[in-house]
Amino acid sequence: MKHPSLDLIPASEITPQAVFEARRDWLRLMASGAAGVAMAGWAGREALAQSPGKLAKLPGARSTVPGAMTLDKLTTYQDASTYNNFYEFGTDKADPARNAGTLRPRPWTVTVEGEVGKPGTFDLDSLLKLSPMEERIYRLRCVEGWSMVIPWVGYSLAELIKKVEPTSKAKFVEFTSLADKTQMPGVRSGVLDWPYVEGLRIDEAMHPLTLLSFGMYGEVLPNQNGAPLRLVVPWKYGFKSAKSIVKIRFVEKQPLSSWTKAAQQEYGFYSNVNPQVDHPRWSQATERRIGEGGLFAKKRPTLMFNGYEAQVGQLYAGMDLKKNF
Amino acid sequence: MQKKRSLWLHPAAKPLLFLICCSPLAWLVWAATMDQLGANPAEALIRSLGDWSLRALCLTLAITPLRTVANLPALARFRRMLGLFAFFYVTLHLLAYGWLDMGLDLGDIAHDIAKRPFILMGFTAWLLLLPLAATSFNRAIKALGAKRWQLLHKLVYPISLLGLAHFIWMRAGKNNFAEPAIYGAVLAVLLGWRLLRRWRSRGVSSARLT
Repeated sequence: MKHPSLDLIPASEITPQAVFEARRDWLRLMASGAAGVAMAGWAGREALAQSPGKLAKLPGARSTVPGAMTLDKLTTYQDASTYNNFYEFGTDKADPARNAGTLRPRPWTVTVEGEVGKPGTFDLDSLLKLSPMEERIYRLRCVEGWSMVIPWVGYSLAELIKKVEPTSKAKFVEFTSLADKTQMPGVRSGVLDWPYVEGLRIDEAMHPLTLLSFGMYGEVLPNQNGAPLRLVVPWKYGFKSAKSIVKIRFVEKQPLSSWTKAAQQEYGFYSNVNPQVDHPRWSQATERRIGEGGLFAKKRPTLMFNGYEAQVGQLYAGMDLKKNF
Repeated sequence: MQKKRSLWLHPAAKPLLFLICCSPLAWLVWAATMDQLGANPAEALIRSLGDWSLRALCLTLAITPLRTVANLPALARFRRMLGLFAFFYVTLHLLAYGWLDMGLDLGDIAHDIAKRPFILMGFTAWLLLLPLAATSFNRAIKALGAKRWQLLHKLVYPISLLGLAHFIWMRAGKNNFAEPAIYGAVLAVLLGWRLLRRWRSRGVSSARLT
């Protein structure tokens, strides 16, 4: 299954004209938005959103998948890359940005195994070339009650799934993150039972909105955001989107997610964003949009399935979402 | 020793302590206006005020053991100010929660407390601090009588335990106990020292009786 790198310049590094023109459009949009911001500090934060310029470019063509391009104002790159839950690098939200420098996102391989006709190990370059890169602007809602809007780069996980030919027994997909003490200081702590494991039902995994992401803001993923590849499932709470994935396993039985294992009554397998089903210890009716309006901003109402109900609602038709939280 | 004692009694000592106690707030105000509180400034502000509340409480409770163990009776003159700063930071913590997190909506706050009982614990700690802050001036001590005043101010022990429980419970959902453990250890030493002292003095007095 391993494909040797054939090209000297990876296709992923060439920016199609349409993409960079579109990007310039939103840069202009962001700049005009920033001008309206009164406080100097906040304006400075806006400026940082425009071109991170920190990592290798990874452009993607505007996605045509329904629902994939929200018009919500983007969260700044600064905020999206410094306020993270990635316990492998520490429990404080500033820890991943501080500590993830030790992660080595290359070389990287992902093992695909279980109920599939074509199991195998993919190296990162072959995954990058597996399907054309798309830019998708998704809302991200954390179970803790905050949200961001992030332009991811990647392709539908379904593209990979189709290539490995799941058998009829493949009812669920289990994702395992890297758990290497030498690269991830947080793995030494007992906060969770490592490695981090997440799972999706096969139809959820096959949904076109379920993204296998390699980049954000037109660049490869920063380590703290789950480099070199991660899942993004926009209608579920953030923790469902496993980061720094090393194994994808197709299974017949529902996998046990790490957070479900840690607190079964608090974090269910589905964990769909749902303003009507509160977390046992706090309300999920509203959320704080990071970077929106500063200190005194009002929270905004949380949307059913994080606003993706039209696209994913039918996956759960007839299900009791209170029971299957 | 003599030199140290005179330093503690220096007329500038109290104003200096006052400025030191104000510095966390000054830093937070500066950081909030200069956008230095990170991606979620409201959360950072609320949590930092909570941290400083606990720290001020621990410092207040450290005065008596330090005074006795290090033989620094002059430290007693700082206790009231530290206690009042603890009340001040708890009050700001509560206001920041009610305003920045709940938008001062009483209905939302009631719903939130029902969902998150640890908030009720913190709130109870603040309520119990009210009579202590209200009786912190000399005339109140006189009016109450030293004995009753002292008894009333023993409330600081349950208050500190409520504050600690509030912090532990808040972190419980994410299995993140490293920081509460530090405060727990500090409080265990400060309250344990008092229990030990009491147990010893009781031992002495009962020994005398027999």
